[in-house]
Amino acid sequence: MCKQLTEKDVCEIIASHQASKEKLLSILLDIQDASGQNCIVEEWARVVSAELDLPLTKIYDVITFYEMLSEKPRGKNIIEICKSTPCHFIKGVNIVNIFEEELCIKMGETTPDNLFTLQYTSCVGACDIAPVAKIGDEVYGNLSKDKIVDIIKSYREAAICQK
Amino acid sequence: MSKIKQVLSVNFGKIQPDSVEEYVKAGGYEALKKAFSMEPVAIINEVKAAKLLGRGGAAYPAGSKWEQLYEIQEFPKYIVCNADEGEPGTFKDKMLLEKDPLRVIEGMTIAGKVFNSHEGYIYIRGEYRKIQKVFQSALDNAEKAGYLGNNILGTDFSFKIHIMTGAGAYVCGENSALLNSTEGKVGRPRIKPPHLAEVGLFLMPTLVNNVESFANVPTIVLVGGDEYLSYGTPDSGGTKLVCLSGHAANRGVYEVPFGVTLRDIIFDEEIGGGVANGGKLKFYHLGGQSGPIGFPEQLDTAYCCKVMRNNGLSVGSGAVVVLDESVCIIDYLKSVTEFFIHESCGKCVPCREGNTQLQFILDKFSKGTATEADFALMKKLSTTMAKASFCGLGQAATTALDSCLKYRKAEFEAHLNKQCPAGVCFTNEEGGE
Repeated sequence: MCKQLTEKDVCEIIASHQASKEKLLSILLDIQDASGQNCIVEEWARVVSAELDLPLTKIYDVITFYEMLSEKPRGKNIIEICKSTPCHFIKGVNIVNIFEEELCIKMGETTPDNLFTLQYTSCVGACDIAPVAKIGDEVYGNLSKDKIVDIIKSYREAAICQK
Repeated sequence: MSKIKQVLSVNFGKIQPDSVEEYVKAGGYEALKKAFSMEPVAIINEVKAAKLLGRGGAAYPAGSKWEQLYEIQEFPKYIVCNADEGEPGTFKDKMLLEKDPLRVIEGMTIAGKVFNSHEGYIYIRGEYRKIQKVFQSALDNAEKAGYLGNNILGTDFSFKIHIMTGAGAYVCGENSALLNSTEGKVGRPRIKPPHLAEVGLFLMPTLVNNVESFANVPTIVLVGGDEYLSYGTPDSGGTKLVCLSGHAANRGVYEVPFGVTLRDIIFDEEIGGGVANGGKLKFYHLGGQSGPIGFPEQLDTAYCCKVMRNNGLSVGSGAVVVLDESVCIIDYLKSVTEFFIHESCGKCVPCREGNTQLQFILDKFSKGTATEADFALMKKLSTTMAKASFCGLGQAATTALDSCLKYRKAEFEAHLNKQCPAGVCFTNEEGGE
């Protein structure tokens, strides 16, 4: 859907972090952002391994440990719904149900157009506006059915514009 | 009289967060200038006199931590700020990072001067990536204005701060796990001793303090330790940012002096404002998921690290999650335990397996299949996890359970008889209450 990430792009990302081993997390997050699939495929993990002179197992140790990193392709937009107690016990709306209905997918799934993946997250530190969902780096709070419908619509429209 | 006292939050919403000019106009960097004219030991003595207790949750005396590091004669030393705010219900470090980042930077820079350190790191959780940009901009501006980087304030002292990002792992809030993650490794905790003051970042002596702890440093330097102490109680100096959430009428971050009561925090009109929608308070969860649960009969306890601890409560991170009577304690604890199952790093058995088994037992209570023997088992499991877990995560995972077993055993017992006082469990069989 968007331009394919090349080895050159990956190397540029690594260079932008001075190919520093301690910047591994930032490097992997940036590659994932640029991947268009919200994941780090083995091909790129191998490039990182070679450029940083770290064993491939170590790269995978890190990718599989951290919640925000994925080795499997995901939707362009990850919708993360907070399930920690300050959000979970807010009454009135079941935002998981609303997202599932609006996107026609179940928790953990990706829409057929690869635009959205729905998943849970632990607290994102926005409990004052619970219940919240985080999409990319944006946090949306005080969610109601109408708000959720509008949010999804805005992401769909943005995707059409990009095409 | 107002129960609010603004020390850390004075600039919130009043200045452009990354503007050095506006920060200086609001009195910023006066403390750094003063610190440059002071002996390092004198600054440490002020921090000690202030009785600044670590604001990340452990409430360890910052002055002692600083003193220990100062006595170690090995260089380089590193200054690390723990901004991996992950305790559910906590969002006060976010406010500081987002609304007054230069206060945190100034605090770290003063620490750099005290320990003659030239490199600082701030580890900001991945969920706050948007705020990392604001913080970076504040760092760049401070460097341009000569308050950071080479030759600070025209002296030969240099100090740089690097932002490191997390990527979604609660355990990285544990200081040794945080250092591993800062080094680009998997964020599993290290065995202690050696303490981080001796063997920290890149195996060198390291100071790790929380965002709010660093943010207090400029004030302490400026007004002096004794004055700062007087804002709070004789045991807990200064103010605390508390985070009201859940069913609190006024959710948000509020700055209160230590010594106000829990009742003030939850019910004062200027703070929590009571329970939303006229609900009745059932319990409140303090200091994050790893903290204890408090009940209405404990509301008159003073919010002070020592008094709270003596009463089986805790200030912790400053989180206060308010829950009304619609919430079932068993159901709540299941949600807490689910969190720990998810966030356990898997390194040690008591935490990894203990939380899973605990959830299994709690589930039996919510389904009405639990027996008397499950109480004993739960208690034993909780003790094992607290004593044998490798790090604070597993050790504290059953703190909330312990509070409930101690003060609300009746609600567990009701579930043995398939009665859920909140009407949450058994709704399939009995159609609720």
